[in-house]
This record gives sequence, C-alpha cells and structure tokens, in this order.
Amino acid sequence: MTVVAEQRELRDDGLSGLELSARLDSIWRTPSGLLGALMSVDHKVVGRRYIVTAFAFLLLGGILAILMRIQLAGPEKTFLSADKYNQIFTMHGSTMMFLFAVPVMEAFAVYLVPLMVGTRNIAFPRLNAFSYWMFLFGGCFLWISFALNVGPDVGWFAYVPLSLLQYTPTKRPDVWAQMITFTEVAALAVSVEIVVTVFKLRAPGMTLDRIPLFVWAMLVTAFLVMFAMPAIMVASTSLILDRLVNTRFYDSSSGGHPLLWQHLFWFFGHPEVYIIFIPGTGMVSAILATFARRPVIGYPIVILSLIATGFLSFGLWVHHMFVTGLPQLGAGLFTASSMLIAVPSGLQIFCWLATLWDGRPVYRTPLLFVIGFIAIFVLGGLSGVMVASVPIDTQVHDTYFVVAHFHYVLIGGAVFPLIGAVYYWFPKITGRMLSERLGRWNFWLAFVGFNLAFFPMHILGLIGMPRRIYTYTADMDWAHLNLLSSGGAVVFALSFALLLVNVIISLRAGALAGDNPWDASTLEWATASPPPPQNFDRIPVVKHRDPLWFDNGTLPVVAGLSVERREVLLTSLAEAEPQIREASPEPSIWPLLTAIATTVFFIGSIFTPWAVLWGTPPMAVTLIGWFWPGGSKEDEE
Amino acid sequence: MPVRMRTALVPFATLPLAACAGRQSALDPQGLQSDQILRNFLIFLIVGAVVWIAVLIVLCVGMLRRKRAADQPLALHHSFEQTTGRVVFALGVATLVIVLGLSIVSYAGQRTVFAKDENALTLKIIGHQWWWEVRYEDDSPDKSFVTANEIRIPTGQPVKVELESADVIHSFWVPSLTGKMDLITGQKNELQFTAKNAGVYRGQCAEFCGLQHAHMAFAVLALSADEFGRWRDHENQSASSPTDPLGKQGEQLFRARGCALCHTIRGTLAGGQLGPDLTHVGSRTTIAAGTLPMTPATLGGWIADPQHIKPGNYMPKMPLQSDELIAILHYLEQLK
Ligand code: HEM
Ligand SMILES: [Cu+2]
Repeated sequence: MTVVAEQRELRDDGLSGLELSARLDSIWRTPSGLLGALMSVDHKVVGRRYIVTAFAFLLLGGILAILMRIQLAGPEKTFLSADKYNQIFTMHGSTMMFLFAVPVMEAFAVYLVPLMVGTRNIAFPRLNAFSYWMFLFGGCFLWISFALNVGPDVGWFAYVPLSLLQYTPTKRPDVWAQMITFTEVAALAVSVEIVVTVFKLRAPGMTLDRIPLFVWAMLVTAFLVMFAMPAIMVASTSLILDRLVNTRFYDSSSGGHPLLWQHLFWFFGHPEVYIIFIPGTGMVSAILATFARRPVIGYPIVILSLIATGFLSFGLWVHHMFVTGLPQLGAGLFTASSMLIAVPSGLQIFCWLATLWDGRPVYRTPLLFVIGFIAIFVLGGLSGVMVASVPIDTQVHDTYFVVAHFHYVLIGGAVFPLIGAVYYWFPKITGRMLSERLGRWNFWLAFVGFNLAFFPMHILGLIGMPRRIYTYTADMDWAHLNLLSSGGAVVFALSFALLLVNVIISLRAGALAGDNPWDASTLEWATASPPPPQNFDRIPVVKHRDPLWFDNGTLPVVAGLSVERREVLLTSLAEAEPQIREASPEPSIWPLLTAIATTVFFIGSIFTPWAVLWGTPPMAVTLIGWFWPGGSKEDEE
Repeated sequence: MPVRMRTALVPFATLPLAACAGRQSALDPQGLQSDQILRNFLIFLIVGAVVWIAVLIVLCVGMLRRKRAADQPLALHHSFEQTTGRVVFALGVATLVIVLGLSIVSYAGQRTVFAKDENALTLKIIGHQWWWEVRYEDDSPDKSFVTANEIRIPTGQPVKVELESADVIHSFWVPSLTGKMDLITGQKNELQFTAKNAGVYRGQCAEFCGLQHAHMAFAVLALSADEFGRWRDHENQSASSPTDPLGKQGEQLFRARGCALCHTIRGTLAGGQLGPDLTHVGSRTTIAAGTLPMTPATLGGWIADPQHIKPGNYMPKMPLQSDELIAILHYLEQLK
C-alpha cells in the first residue's frame, strides 16, 4: 500500500479505520523506556500518575489519622508525645488538603476533561507534566522532612505569631511554607490548562449548554483556584520572608498584625473547601445520570448553582474568625452570607433527589457512594449552618464539633463521591471492572465506619473537648465517645484497605470492561477502555447534551486533522465551531528538568538566601530548553 | 440538665446523654450567655433535624418507589422537566427563607450574648504559653493584685474580662458560662459574662498555641457576693511570712535557688515576672494551669521536675536537694 504524500500533508479523511488508528497511535504514543516515561506529555499518563500519587498521600494522611485516633482513644495515653502529636495533626491536615484532596480532583480533571470534551490532549501538555512533577517533589519534600523530624508542627493553618521565628525557631514552618508554594504552582498550572481545554478544545458542536456537568464543575473549580491561590501565595511568601529575612508583615510590635495572616489565609482557605467539594458534585452528577438512567434534572440550575457557590465562597472567609474580636455587625453579616451558600448547595441536592425520584436507578457501587454522599453531606451542611451562626460558633469553634463538621463536609462531600468515581471510571482508565461484591462491602464499611468515627465528635465538642490537644484527663468524661470514635476510624480505614485489595485483584484479574460498561452518555465512553494515546481516532461532533444516549448509536465525526504530527482542533468559545488546527507538543524531558531546578531553588532558599542567586541559572537554562523554538510549521485554515 | 432540654435533644437520644453534664460543657449552661447560646443552638438543631430527616425520607422513598427497571435511558419530556424545575426552584426559595430566618435568630442571639454592662466587674487576663495571668486591677493600687490560672468571680454580677496575649494567640473559653474569645498580640479583646450559680467551672485554651496547648486550662470559681468580697480582701494582702523554721528556710531557699527570678511573691523580695504570681498559691485548686489538682504530692512533683509533668514548658528543672525541696514545698503550701 502506498500513500503518496502530496504538497498537502496526509489527513485523516483519506484513511481507513485500522490504518488511521495505527498511524495516530504511533505519533501520539509515549516513547518507551524509562526516559520515555519521564518525557511523557500524554494527559492520560500524567493523570494516572497524578491519581495514584494523590491516593498514596491519602494513605499516608490516613495512617496519621489512625495514629491520632489511637492516641486519643483513651485519657492520658502516652502513645505519642506532645511534639509528635503536633507534627502529626499538622501533617495530617496539610497532607489531606494540599497533597490529597485538591490534587486528586485535579488529577481526575487532567485525565477526564480532555476525553469528555472530545479532544486529543489537554491544553499545554508540557505545563501539565511540569505541574505533576512539582506536586510530586513538593509532597516528597514535605514527607521526607517529616521523617527527618523537621515536619511542620504549627497546624495546617500555621497561624502567626506561633509560626514566626520567635516562637518556632526550627526550620519546620519554613518547610511547610515552601511546600505550599509547590502545590500552588501545580494547582495554578492545572487550572490554566483546564480553562483553556474547556474553552478552546471542545469537540465541534459542544456548545456551552452541552458541556457535561463534571466538566462544568472542573471549570468553576479552576477559576476558584486562580482567584484563591494568589492569596495564600502572598501569605506564605510573607511568612517565609518574616522568618528568613526579618521583614515584619505579621509582627504586631513593629506595625504588622497577626490577623493579616488569618484574613489572607482564610480568603484562600474557605474557597479551598469548595475547590475540593465542587469537583465532588461534578462526580455525583456524572454518576447519578448514568445509574439513574436519565440526565440530571435541572441542568441549568446545577450550573448556576456551581457558579453561585463559587462566587459566594469568596464572601465568607470571616466566619473562620468570629472569635478574633471583629465588630459585631460585620460578623453578623458574614453569618448571613455564610448561610446563603446553603441555597445553591440545596438546589443541587434537590436536583439530584428529583433525578433519583424520576429515574430507574440501578444500584451499583458508584451509586451507593452517591447516596451515602447525600446523607452525610446534608448533615455536614446543616452543621455548617450552625457553625455560621456567631453565637453558636463562639461555643463550637476550635472544638471537636468543628472537626466533625468539616469531615462530614470533606469526606461526605468529596471523598465519598471520589470513591464512587473510582468505581465508576476505573474500567475506563484500566480496561477492567472492579468487583461489585467487594464494592458493596467497601461502601458499607465506609458508611458505618465514617459515621461511628465522626458523629460522636459533634457531642465531644459540645461537651467541651477542644481540638488539637494531644491528651485529656479521665475526669473530663470524654473517654467513651473518644473510644467509639477511634473504633469507627479503624473500621473506616478498613474500607480503604478493601478498596486497595479490590484494585489490586481487578488489575490482575478483573472482568474486561469494554468501551462503555455502564451505558453512560458522555464522550469519554465513546472510545476504547483504556483509551488509545490519541483518545479518539476521529474527533466526534456533538449534537446533544448526552451524545451517547440520544444520537442513535453512531457519533458523527469531523475529518481533516493531520496524521503525520500531533494536532488538536481548536473551536470557538461559545458555539464550539471548528476554527484552526493546532500543533500539540511532543514529549519532552524539559518539564522534568525545570521542576528539578525549581525544587532545588525552593528548598535551597530555606537554608541560605544565596540560593536565590545560584538557584536561578539552572532554572533559566531549563526554561530556555523548554521553550526553545521548535520546528513545526504553521498551518492555519 | 433541665428536662425541657432533654426532650429537645431527641436526635442525640440514642447516645449517652449523661455525658452532656460534663465539667466543661456547652450543654449544661450556668451563665446567662451560655444559656442564650444553647437556646439558639437548639433552634438550629431542631430546624436542621427536620430538614435532614425530610431529605432522607425523600431519598429513601425515591429509591424504593416501585419502578420498572430500564435498560434504555429514559426519554425526556419537556413539560416534565419544566415542572420539576419549578418544584426545585420553589424548594430553593424555601431554603432561602429558612436561612434568612435563622440569620435573624442568630443575630438576635448575638446581640444578647455580646450585650455590654457598664457596671461590670473588670479584670484583665493575659495568655502566656501555657498559663493564664489574671489581674484584678483597681484605681487604687492597694486594691489591685495579680494571680494565675484561677479566676474568682461573684455570681449574679456581670464580669468583663479584657483579653491580651503575651506571646501567641490563645483563646479564652469557659463553655459553662459563655463562648470563647481569642487573645491576640497587638489587640485588646473583651468578653462579658454573668454566672447564674455558684460553682467551679473549667475553662481551657481553645486556640492551638504550641507544644503544651493541651495543658492550658483554668478554673473559674463563682462565689456568692459576700464570699467573693472576702476573698478579694484577702487576696489583696501580701503573703504572710512563715513563722516556723522550715517555712523560713523555704522562703530563703525560694530566693537563693533562683525561683524568685521568675516568680513574684508579694511582700517578699521575690519579684520575677516570667512565671505566675505565687503570692497565694497555696489556696489554688490546681497546678500547672489546670493540669493536676493541687496536692502536696503534685506540687512537690512539679517543683522537682516540671518538664516531666508538662514537657516543654518554660519552667526549668531546678537543682534542688531533697531537703531543700521539702522546705520550699512547705513554704509554698502556707501561702494561702
Ligand atoms: C480515616 C479518616 C480520617 C480520620 C480518622 C481523621 C481524623 C482527624 C482528627 C482526629 C483530626 C483532629 C486533630 C486534632 O485536632 O487534634 C483531624 C483533623 C483534620 N483532618 Fe482528618 N481524618 C480523616 C480523614 C481526613 C480527610 C480525608 C481529610 C481531607 C480531605 C481530612 C482533613 C483534616 C483536616 C484539614 C484537619 C485539621 C488539621 C488541623 O487541625 O490542623 N481528614 N482529622
Ligand atoms: Cu493557649
């Protein structure tokens, strides 16, 4: 067979299915070998690594949680020293928030969004690779420090003045502050990629009102990250400057103020919770539609709720500061604005309930987790309304009531949907099904264990147990409930062990999945499981919100992309009309090298200010290598 | 706990209710403010419980309704989607109304809890890592005095505490009396509360403040007005000098062995500022900021090795012979 290369390079319209597939595969495939793996810019390869790494951090954070629960299982236990306990709760909070919850959501987005919008790769794939390496190095840096006994110990919120040099003269807060910078860089990079992917790389015909809800959720999340992260960036950089070069941003004895930190931190920290929760809602919408066997009722309501939640989340950070002595009227207004967020969240819940009510639900494991999510998250939301009330908050703030509340919201609102999502998308990612039987056990252990672990904490808080204490005495009457809670935590942990077992068994011997095992409706299911390197042999054209359900079997496709080099199709923002073909970067080692240089720079600067000098040239060199003009020819039509 | 409240706490009924009467409990209010907060909380609790149960019922009924299993995804009917959309919207409006109602309840409660009384008894509390300095200040200096880790207040009279911090952020919290308020460097906060009944209420630092945050508690002793007056007059006086030889020796050792570098005992040469004022230490109920009850044994153990009881605290282990320890202990116990 001969293909005559004319003036015009070869396009996909002239080729038969098999040949097209083989050619695309060979140009999009990640090079083999170790070097190839390090160079990969395939969003699926990076996304898979991202997911696995984030789950590894969940495991580490979970082990710390169990250690804390052992220490608190009874009064005056000496299992952990005060110093170890403080490091552990700080590492638990920081790991869960910065190294697990946010990254895992971004990881799913990195993997799924390009598939769901029907394109071949994420926008800026090299930046994507870079972001993963930064996340990995930042996380390892934090955990190695912890192993070397320089793990941070001033809380994941690192309040000043405690975290200033005067009160914590060790390197521990510096380690924490620099780790923040790593995750900021990674998170910001991913959000830029997601925004551009969603705005410019959607399949032709995927107008704004045909974008899958999960993708909408990730889009809103990406904007939250872009507006929230700079606040913590300013905060943590000021902190490290105060510590290393003696600036006085937070020092009240020379014009700074400790509350500046809290405002900056919570201006980031509150949206952070929604950065974790909103992707969870996207997963819920995706799973619910598939297993209720109908699209989610109120598509526009859900989207408006997501956007409203995003906006509101920036207007209520002060509810973390009700007991810092703010003016009363102002605090009262923040009560109202905080409670207001119950309205969009409520609207989404009502839409989901209506969907279940009208649907013909198929009770598979992912749906079980969604149902568990509704029961738990609603309770967490309601205790959130309580905490938003100034007088109630003066009692429960910084007690175990709040620990209960935010675990109901974070685990109920994000981890349950996430585990559902693992069961749901595992077949797509690996090509194999997870065991349904183990899945049911997994769900029930998680549901029962979770409630046993965290419900008693509400009561513990009300009867006076403050949080972040490493011990308490028997005469406080906290012992029984703590023991119950610790037992529940162990059961909850077992559910994760079961998930791990299920994953390992399925990877070896799971039933083959096929393209679309759940008969779902969105584009990621329109390609093979696992998807080929090029995602789609031909770019689909979308005519419905649920293309695989309502398009009578076969998807229309566009033709005209090159099969000789990596190309993606750019479409217009609102109507998703095809605009131009755009080259997508080849694999490259430079993102990794840049990440290494950046890491050396960041870590070095903790120990010597000179690192800012000698750390810059390697970064410059690697960046030049990365952006060295390539040779691909322009081709616009 | 009053009966009215027990019935209101129905959702918790399956759990050990006895636990609610703990020593540091927001569910067992003994002050005007904590009472108001609890009422506020119960309103939220009832509304929340109703909403949650309603959601669960809708969820369960929605799941269990007899429905034919569907292989094919359901076709959509425009009119049906519209009706459901309207129902959802109406529920959203209902949520908004509930939320606004609760905001008003909350604000009304807040006004009561933070109401100020001009005639309140004022004292100043300064947080230290990890103990509390309590200053009863008065315009005439001979009526001012300082104590630590224990606050005595009269019942029925509003008390205003002015809160400051000497180092990091702490939080003053006595749940039986009222909610908490932070102590922040560079800022003066205040909190008012009124104890309804006489009793001993435990308080504890609620903001993470470093290594020994867990051991930063204190006691509030609410006394009748008479008793309080008597205590105040007594506390005003300097320490009385010991009369027995062992006590005298203890007093002397207290200075000679360096204790006085950090601690003050009014009426003696001991004037240190770093640690708690010990003028009437013998009459306190706990040592080491609520860590242990005050007994000769615990006090002796503390002086012999404070780092053992509260690792990392800022009192060093002093080099003392055992007979010196006994003398100092004997002296301190007399400081009532
Ligand atoms: C096995 C599951 C878990 C258990 C048993 C658990 C337990 C705990 C406990 C006991 C504390 C309180 C520490 C203290 O105040 O002394 C805590 C704090 C915290 N947890 Fe978890 N947790 C779990 C999972 C998670 C997850 C999945 C997340 C986030 C997605 C999370 C986020 C946090 C955060 C942010 C804190 C606050 C840390 C701080 O006070 O600085 N936890 N957890
Ligand atoms: Cu404190």
